Amino acid sequence: MAGLVVIVLAALVALLAPLIAPYDPTTVRDGTGRQAPTLADPVWGDPRYTDPRYPLGTDQIGRDILSRLVWGARVSMLVGFVPVALIFVIGATVGMVAGWYGGWVDQILMRVTDVIYAFPDLLFLIIIMATLRNTALGDLMGGLVLMFAAIAVVNWVGMARLVRGQVLSLREREFVEAARATGVPARRIMARHLFPNALAPVIVAVAFGIPSAMLGEATLSFIGIGVRPPTPTWGAMINEGFQVFSASPWPVMLPATCIGVVMLSFTFLGDGLRDAIDPRMKLG
Amino acid sequence: MPLLEVRDLHTQFHTRDGVVRAVDGVTFELSAGETLGLVGESGCGKSVTALSLMRLIPQPPGKIAQGEIVFDGQDVLKMDDDDVRGIRGNNIAMIFQDPMTSLNPVLTISRQISEALELHLKMDRSEARKRTVELLELVGIPSAKKRLDDYPHQFSGGMRQRVMIAMALSCNPKLILADEPTTALDVTIQAQILDLLRNLAREFRTAFILITHDLGVVAGMTQRIHVMYAGRIVEKADTAELFANPKMPYTWGLLRSIPRLDERRKEKLVPIEGLPPDLISLPPGCKFEPRCQYRRDVCREREPELASVPNAKPDHEARCWGTQGVPGGGWLIDTDWRREIGSTEVLEEIKQEVAQVPGEAAQTTTADLPPSVTQKEGM
Repeated sequence: MAGLVVIVLAALVALLAPLIAPYDPTTVRDGTGRQAPTLADPVWGDPRYTDPRYPLGTDQIGRDILSRLVWGARVSMLVGFVPVALIFVIGATVGMVAGWYGGWVDQILMRVTDVIYAFPDLLFLIIIMATLRNTALGDLMGGLVLMFAAIAVVNWVGMARLVRGQVLSLREREFVEAARATGVPARRIMARHLFPNALAPVIVAVAFGIPSAMLGEATLSFIGIGVRPPTPTWGAMINEGFQVFSASPWPVMLPATCIGVVMLSFTFLGDGLRDAIDPRMKLG
Repeated sequence: MPLLEVRDLHTQFHTRDGVVRAVDGVTFELSAGETLGLVGESGCGKSVTALSLMRLIPQPPGKIAQGEIVFDGQDVLKMDDDDVRGIRGNNIAMIFQDPMTSLNPVLTISRQISEALELHLKMDRSEARKRTVELLELVGIPSAKKRLDDYPHQFSGGMRQRVMIAMALSCNPKLILADEPTTALDVTIQAQILDLLRNLAREFRTAFILITHDLGVVAGMTQRIHVMYAGRIVEKADTAELFANPKMPYTWGLLRSIPRLDERRKEKLVPIEGLPPDLISLPPGCKFEPRCQYRRDVCREREPELASVPNAKPDHEARCWGTQGVPGGGWLIDTDWRREIGSTEVLEEIKQEVAQVPGEAAQTTTADLPPSVTQKEGM
């Protein structure tokens, strides 16, 4: 429940970023840079280096951290939802087709997923991003489109396997035979009879897929091959702040906290959904 | 012209151990509006016959190897997939055994019944809904309108089977296949469901094939009965004739193993000894011979044809040397099945043979003994 509240808040912040953010996230506000948050003033900051106009301080080149965090939420949310939607569509389709038709269709599709599954996820992501970054695709929306595609390509296999497993057991059920005996075409059986029955574990997988996609974005941005600067993302902020970490921890700690809290919220949400959907968990 | 003609149907399943001949040369016909019972033990090919009629045999491993299924003048086995789909649910409908599992748990009742209406009769949502209410009322579901948007788990077993019957009737099919429609239900509900099925079939002049292992179920339901064993029909007769004057020893065995209300209470129920044959390696002679207490040498050597029985109605046919007026056969023509239960020596032989079947014998002994004993024996 707490997870859901945080997620709704973060989503609102992302949606209303232009209204909430006090300044433009990409303009340099002051020449000095590295202002500490005003809130930390009595304990940490030297009054010379804080400025009440920037409640969370400024980063190493003098951009308002609060504004960057707010705009960064937008990227994080996009990266959380768009690739997972792609994963859902690709994975569910492939899994459904493989499970329903079986035979050589299943063999081919599942061997392809096995190959992708065998790659280490992060390495695969890095390879895709690094090689395609300087193409036209990599330029769309400051690299976001490529990021979506990369995360989806790496992660759809888990979804495909999950859905295939569900379909394999569901298609032997009698109501599927009854549907076939009513003359329902295969595509309609898949869409109307199999899919809704397979949905419960898929929803849980989606809830867990969102934070892992966000983490993927943060990781890629942190190692410098994610979304192009100056687009503010939480991972990129950590990357940039890292260079001045010994002088001022704020540019790293604040976005790291944001990532941590949102990730934790999604994990809570996923756990809650799993418990709600899985009847065996209710007994315990 | 009959509504349905099945000629020499062979349905096989290819498994690692060999070819399972589930249906092996079944021939029968059915006129419009006629009702037929297919009776036999589990695994004798009743359900596979029904599924073959709608081409619902899972392929692979199943395959309809040979035969013709002429429905309404068209050979179902030669149709393309779209045409077969046009028949399923529209001209031939099926009622399954277990209403608990044959309704989709995540769809409402109205959506499931509407599906066939929308597919075959091209009704739109609201028309289909209206028709669904009528259908539910027809099968005796009280306050049908209120229950339209209920899910299957909100219905009892008997109600669900009523819903299944409503689904089967939705497109006014010419033929309904009911595969053990009452086996999963309480005994008290069984009679209601059977009555409903019979009355509706009569009202709509729908032909139906009732598949069951229980001769008691078909007794008042169907005009004719075909008894199946090991993938073939072993006796054909109209219902009254079959109960009054059964001819095939397997049918006798089935009749002896069900209790009757119109008989003396003390009459013992006699099971059929032995096991149905392995459908992968069938014996060359009569398939029932290994379990038959009336057997003679000829039974082991050659398989009899399905032929009419001398002192019975002309359309009464049996697949048994004992009832056929051929040289060496015909020893059962005048046998009274209630008095003469066959040779007791043969019965003992059969019992011993069953005890020697490794898997089955071991299972029965271990099941009878307490676990500690079986463990010691195992060591």
